[in-house]
Amino acid sequence: MISFGKPLKIALGLIVIAGLIIVPMNFNRYGLFILSQWAVMTIAAMGLNLTLGYAGQVSLAQGAFVGIGAYAAAVMTTHGWPLPAAIVVAIVLSFAVGWVLGYPALRVQHHYLAFVTLAFSTLAFLVFRNESWLTGGIYGISNIPRPHIFGFATNKPLPFYYVCLGSLAIVSLAVWWLIRSPWGRAFMALRENPLRAQSLGIDTRRYTLMAFAIGSALGGIAGGLYAPLTQYIDPVPFNLSLSLDLLMMVIVGGAGFYFGPFLGAMIAVLLPEWLRFTEGYYLMLYAVAVMLLLIWSPTGILGILDRYLAERRTKAASALRAVAKSRLETVQ
Amino acid sequence: MSAVLEVSDIKKNFGGISAVDGVSFDVREGEILGLIGPNGCGKSTLFNCILGQLTPSGGEVKLDGKLVTGLRPSELNKLGVSRTFQLLQVFPKLSVRENLILAGQEHQGNMASRLVGRSDAGLTDTANQMIGFFKLDHLADEPAGGLSYGQQKLLDAAMAFMGGPRLVLLDEPAGGVNPSMLADLKDRLVAINREKNATFVVIEHNMEFVMSLCSRVMVMAEGKVLAMGRPDEVRKNPAVIEAYLGH
Repeated sequence: MISFGKPLKIALGLIVIAGLIIVPMNFNRYGLFILSQWAVMTIAAMGLNLTLGYAGQVSLAQGAFVGIGAYAAAVMTTHGWPLPAAIVVAIVLSFAVGWVLGYPALRVQHHYLAFVTLAFSTLAFLVFRNESWLTGGIYGISNIPRPHIFGFATNKPLPFYYVCLGSLAIVSLAVWWLIRSPWGRAFMALRENPLRAQSLGIDTRRYTLMAFAIGSALGGIAGGLYAPLTQYIDPVPFNLSLSLDLLMMVIVGGAGFYFGPFLGAMIAVLLPEWLRFTEGYYLMLYAVAVMLLLIWSPTGILGILDRYLAERRTKAASALRAVAKSRLETVQ
Repeated sequence: MSAVLEVSDIKKNFGGISAVDGVSFDVREGEILGLIGPNGCGKSTLFNCILGQLTPSGGEVKLDGKLVTGLRPSELNKLGVSRTFQLLQVFPKLSVRENLILAGQEHQGNMASRLVGRSDAGLTDTANQMIGFFKLDHLADEPAGGLSYGQQKLLDAAMAFMGGPRLVLLDEPAGGVNPSMLADLKDRLVAINREKNATFVVIEHNMEFVMSLCSRVMVMAEGKVLAMGRPDEVRKNPAVIEAYLGH
């Protein structure tokens, strides 16, 4: 999609990765918290990008899956289980619940599907709040421990930031693999033209359920990291507004673009910090910026880049054709 | 010759209107059967009933003697039944090659191997051959949405053959295709029919195209079969002239 030279792309990628490792070494506690939050939210947004951006299934429940993952991790780690085990449980649990939530998508689409998932989101919130024997109810769960990874304690902000960054790296590679695989192609076919997809032997039912389940599982991973990041969870962060935030990250970054969630999460997590000097006006400015962006480019920020590159390609191609044509005429 | 497809007494009602009203026919192995009739006579509805896109109100469809009525389109495709569409149904954002790989990938391996295996499902060579066969070489890496209408029609047809189907139902393959490209398309269809022993059913309004391509022609009118036979027989049939060709 993006047609820079390959070496340039690799160099750029390495610089960004090195920057993400080295630069935060000087950050204070709060800066590291924000950056860790970016990594965690990117994972959740990547999940939603898979369900919505690639497979075209609208979901307003991604926040609920972050919640499921977070509660799974919080409950297990406060009972002495190691975090990796808790994250495995978070993945399995959110995958299974996501699979079940996929069934309505086999019958309803678009706005109707959005409402079904919205109802699920509310249901999950009520479970977090009311089932206090498990979740601590409105008091939540506190003193969530951070893990020891290969014997290293990650209590301090910097080591835990590396845990989040490392998890983001693993998830990014897995998603990259997935969207390049025949599965990724089938997801896109689901989004573009399910009727044609069926006639080519693509089992649209199974792929729809998989899109929901895998997207939700990534939400679960994000939750499993969110709990030890904040070390305290209650139901409020996992209400509908988190689902809407994640949806906005995907749309603003560019739904269906691999790097969309990275960019969208950066804007959603960092922009409020940069706009802090405006004090009370930040939310208004943010809202206006998002509205203007979506009027200008409904396909998000990466949509602008994609359009620009496509135009350049078309120009180059028509220039080549013009040259070829004039040569032909000279020959004649 | 044995029948690949046997359709018996298929009916399809939409409310009080019966779009297909008891159609029976069979398609012999290796033949190209034409299906003609005035607009709205139920040709496409019949296709959709055979292919599982619509559930017939009555009747049976048999593939190689096995009952397949009510199977989902993806299941039928796995059994070797493929189709093209009347309106363009390519994936516009994917390149021509990606469209073709997508069209064949579900016929390779299983769900697990499609996740962990090669990203092209081992189909790049097959796709390139198909691209060459349909003379789309210079467009292989272009997004399918950027192709001309006729080229997209060719791609649509090429996609139907990626899974190596035994039976292909083509819904107006010649519609909107310019004459020189049409000759190409016919040429390609005949070649695949002979070389791969693929059986075709072709809906078409272009009489010249149908009469020269097909070994038998079935004529439908108002949801019923009006005539069935060799192209020259059908041409002379008074009922057909009355219902269709006479206008």
